Amino acid sequence: MTNSKNNRTALVLAGVAVGMVGMAYAAVPLYQIFCQITGYGGTTQVAQAAERPILERVIKVRFSANTHRDMPWNFRPLQGMQRARVGEQMLAFFEATNTTAHVITGTATFNVTPHKAGAYFSKIQCFCFTEQTLAPGERADMPVTYFIDPAIMDDPGLDDVKEIVLSYTFFRSGKEGETGESKNHAMVAENLIK
Amino acid sequence: MADEAAIEVGQAAHHPTGWRRWLYSTNHKDIGTMYLVFAVISGLIGFAMSIAIRMEMMYPGVEVLPVLTGGDLDAAYHLFNVLITAHGLIMVFFLVMPALIGGFGNWFLPIMIGAPDMAFPRMNNVSFWLLPPAITLLVISTMVGGPSDALTGVGGGWTVYPPLSTSGQPGPAMDLAILALHLAGASSILGAVNFITTVFNMRAPGMTMHKMPLFVWSLLVTAFLLLLAIPVLAGAITMLLTDRNFGTTFFDPAGGGDPLLFQHLFWFFGHPEVYILILPGFGLISHIISTFSRKPIFGYLGMAYAMVAIGFIGFIVWAHHMYTVGMDVDVKAYFVAATMVIAVPTGIKIFSWIATMWGGSIEFKTPMLWAIGFIFVFTVGGVTGVLISNAGIDQSVHDTYYIVAHFHYTMSLGAVFAIFAGFYYWIGKMSGRQYPETLGKIHFWLSFIGVNMVFFPQHFLGLAGMPRRIVDYNEVFSYWNFWSSIGAYISTAGVLVFLLVLWKTFRSGEKCPDNPWGEGATTLEWTLPSPPPFHQFNELPKIK
Repeated sequence: MTNSKNNRTALVLAGVAVGMVGMAYAAVPLYQIFCQITGYGGTTQVAQAAERPILERVIKVRFSANTHRDMPWNFRPLQGMQRARVGEQMLAFFEATNTTAHVITGTATFNVTPHKAGAYFSKIQCFCFTEQTLAPGERADMPVTYFIDPAIMDDPGLDDVKEIVLSYTFFRSGKEGETGESKNHAMVAENLIK
Repeated sequence: MADEAAIEVGQAAHHPTGWRRWLYSTNHKDIGTMYLVFAVISGLIGFAMSIAIRMEMMYPGVEVLPVLTGGDLDAAYHLFNVLITAHGLIMVFFLVMPALIGGFGNWFLPIMIGAPDMAFPRMNNVSFWLLPPAITLLVISTMVGGPSDALTGVGGGWTVYPPLSTSGQPGPAMDLAILALHLAGASSILGAVNFITTVFNMRAPGMTMHKMPLFVWSLLVTAFLLLLAIPVLAGAITMLLTDRNFGTTFFDPAGGGDPLLFQHLFWFFGHPEVYILILPGFGLISHIISTFSRKPIFGYLGMAYAMVAIGFIGFIVWAHHMYTVGMDVDVKAYFVAATMVIAVPTGIKIFSWIATMWGGSIEFKTPMLWAIGFIFVFTVGGVTGVLISNAGIDQSVHDTYYIVAHFHYTMSLGAVFAIFAGFYYWIGKMSGRQYPETLGKIHFWLSFIGVNMVFFPQHFLGLAGMPRRIVDYNEVFSYWNFWSSIGAYISTAGVLVFLLVLWKTFRSGEKCPDNPWGEGATTLEWTLPSPPPFHQFNELPKIK
């Protein structure tokens, strides 16, 4: 009698423990969704090109380009600073050069500072949406089309923002992060060169 | 269960002897004893590490650790990191938790609610025997490669943040440490299931939830925190393990992961964890204060529900450990407010202890000294806690010695004072022999002066900007570091006296009566002989 009651309690509690492990794993996609929706940590937004008002307020946008230490590309922005009117569609270029004798595929991560501007910084097209592959010695211009969401005017917390830094870091996706397909491409290309 | 226990008493064969008694033990008192012995041994190891750290930090420059590494400076720097990492892990997982929860909890929770044993005695055995392999894995991790093959051991801090714990420590040492945490975590989860089931289903007739001793309440809340927090740690370090070995990228931006996610998961476990360390102490201190003031505890229900409130709030304040990661000001405002709210239930506890003593006929026996010492150090730690809950102030003292001082005043001095208070309160009951009173008091005063001297100056160092976790420091910090180290040596004298107390107690301690503390001691363990019989409560006690 008591024993089966104990077993029932223990079973429920064990279920709670297993459920919490599940919650820990569920946190991974939830955290990502949370960042994308709220712009938490400077996560930028993805938008469609559409009609929107272009306002008077001008925000300076600066660019920062970095590479992970395992990524042997030269990567730099091609313009110093842009004056973006709120709502205006802007185009900026980065330049990447593969200085090695191998085909290398990379992915760029991105964010903006101040982080709170992430929710209002929208990209229409970006080289960071997909993997980029450069042949040995190849140089490529990488465009990004963006605009600052007019909704920024309605958020008093953003009134002090006069400047936004858009930052990219290129990682080599040759190791863990790469999908099977592009890895094969890279290997085939590498073999061809040999 | 009660019937089974009664049958077992009838069979003399169910009192195994020799190594079988311990290895196969299903007796809550024997398992509690093993937990306590285990805690003393690992506590001494962790303490020796802290002394090595203080010896190195006594003067600026790196002069002590190179002696251990044969003059190799890089190895000495890394050894320092290994020491602080292992010190933290050992003290949290292999001293405080085994002593307060596994040790005193196993010993006294069943007795206090009038139960013959824990709900699942064999699972209890497994809980304990997972710990020796766990600490063994941690010890082995110090012998294999960490950051490189030459530098052995984990030097990533007890919080094991990536990327330092992934790409920063490619060697197998980190993997072994992660597996050690897995085992310790499994042990705690099994223990938590056992405690909760015992409390819910095995209370003696008349022992309602609102009549349960506060120590039992504290363990019940602790067990729930364990059940909800430890699996999150298990998940997080499993992700770390697969990131390191199997190509996942949970915390690796190159594959779309985020290292910050680990900090969120870790502290979702980590903040409840610090309450796991202190709550059993809260319960225990209540009994001691009440016993030696010869008064029932002031505000029993308030005390019980304050612990429930602390446990609940403990789950919604985690990001106050991460104010400097670049959080939005509104998010910070929330975490500041939520964190400060903890001061309310904690204040209820502190003031209720003082109100219990108020007007009581107080007797300053050794356990009472430790209990009052606990209230003092915990209050100091609590006050600095309110201070650093402010995101603005934390911005400046984050990762400095101010934080080191704060959490040692709460978790380590607080929890360790509670362990010693419990030891002196119950050793007569557990062993049948009473401790030597004068030596116990000397132990208290040496420790009290010693640890305050270690950690109080660290507040000054932190405010002056001395960063934690760094082996060397600027000359300007040398004065208070010197005195901090002197305090560590005084504490060492205290630990030696404690070993003497142990030896004296077991060798020539006076026989302890059923209730050595008189009318103030009202819980059920004092109705049993000292030591209690192998199986107690053949007839369940009736609680009025």
